[in-house]
Amino acid sequence: MPTLKDVQLKIAGVKKTKQITKAMNMVAASKLRGAQSDMDAFRPYAGKFAEVLGSLAEKAGEEASPLLVPRTEVRKINIVLCTSDRGLCGGFNTNLVTAAKKIIREKNAEDTEVTLTAFGKKGRDWARKNGIAIDEEYLGVVGSRFDFSTAANAGRKLVERFLDEEYDEVYAVYAEFQSAARQVPVLKQLLPIPPIESAAEEEAADEDQPYLAEHICEPAAAELLGEMLPRNIYVQLFSALLETSTSEHAARMAAMDNATKACNDMIDSLTLTYNKARQAAITADLMDIVGGAEALKG
Amino acid sequence: MAENIRLEIVTPKKSVVSEDVRIVVAPGTLGEFGVLVGHTPFLTTLKVGSVRYTDKNGGEQQIFVSGGFAEALPDKVTILAESAERRADIDIERAKSALKRAQQRMEEAKQKENIDYARARAALERALRRLSLVDAR
Repeated sequence: MPTLKDVQLKIAGVKKTKQITKAMNMVAASKLRGAQSDMDAFRPYAGKFAEVLGSLAEKAGEEASPLLVPRTEVRKINIVLCTSDRGLCGGFNTNLVTAAKKIIREKNAEDTEVTLTAFGKKGRDWARKNGIAIDEEYLGVVGSRFDFSTAANAGRKLVERFLDEEYDEVYAVYAEFQSAARQVPVLKQLLPIPPIESAAEEEAADEDQPYLAEHICEPAAAELLGEMLPRNIYVQLFSALLETSTSEHAARMAAMDNATKACNDMIDSLTLTYNKARQAAITADLMDIVGGAEALKG
Repeated sequence: MAENIRLEIVTPKKSVVSEDVRIVVAPGTLGEFGVLVGHTPFLTTLKVGSVRYTDKNGGEQQIFVSGGFAEALPDKVTILAESAERRADIDIERAKSALKRAQQRMEEAKQKENIDYARARAALERALRRLSLVDAR
């Protein structure tokens, strides 16, 4: 049986924890808004980019760039694993790592060498602990507000190594932000660039001519495509990082919300225990007094 | 006055310009080009430089772009750039220090025959363009 003092201390402790979780919840909520507005700001660029790229690829043909050609023998692949730098966000990183683990196991079964490009401390630490080679690591990106150049620099390295045949395939594992309550780990192939589905294709079908048919291209379409494809990787990477950042804040918000609720429950049940103990003490005192009085009457 | 043409300048961070203008002049990789309303559909890459346009009130505007590409349609010009800044938004101090850094790096690169020379050059170019845009009245 804990004493009154013990219970009181415990309640005070839980209340302090609750203050912290509540504050973290609110910070995450405000960062989530920021990240979401970054995502919204990027959408027009990404949309236009995909549109032009799709129609250009159609015009120039598949053989226009080595980035489009799948390798016959895949010996070494790189996985870009996007995780958060910080914890306290529920199962967020575990889910991402599990997704990465799955593909690594599959690839290892095919005798393919796997290395990582780690965005975020949590994924890096996991890889270190499990002896998975890390080629590049970027900390302090996910969860903060980063520039496009961050994605471009990282993407450039991936493209260079792919062209040097250091990598035969490049994948990205990141958290797709579906809603504040739902973030799903996704695996996406970055290189070689999967056949580009053109959004314009369907629209163009109605008009009876492809979207870019009349465009004058300068330089020629194939060359233009060669310029744009590496940039496409940066765009994909940037979007993956934005999604992961937004998801991280959403996950942390939910986790901290749960924690705050758990604190409330705990405070309730502790208060009940405290009151019961207090009552018991009063009853015991009364019994003593009454017993004493009875004895004096004698 | 002829009709106006829609100009959109978009970066990954935000939409910098979205307005109706009279004429747009942009730095294409194969040469500068001007676009008026009714232009033939046209697609090109851009080099580092400045996009100039005359807004519908006849005012001259300049926007720094760090390369990218442009699509011209009869009624619309879309410019996708990795970064684009209005004259007033250019951070002069930052550009100056970037210039210095790039020059230093180019000096170092010369001695070591580093492959980073190309990147330092590109950084230098960006800084110079930003600064010249601010100076040019």
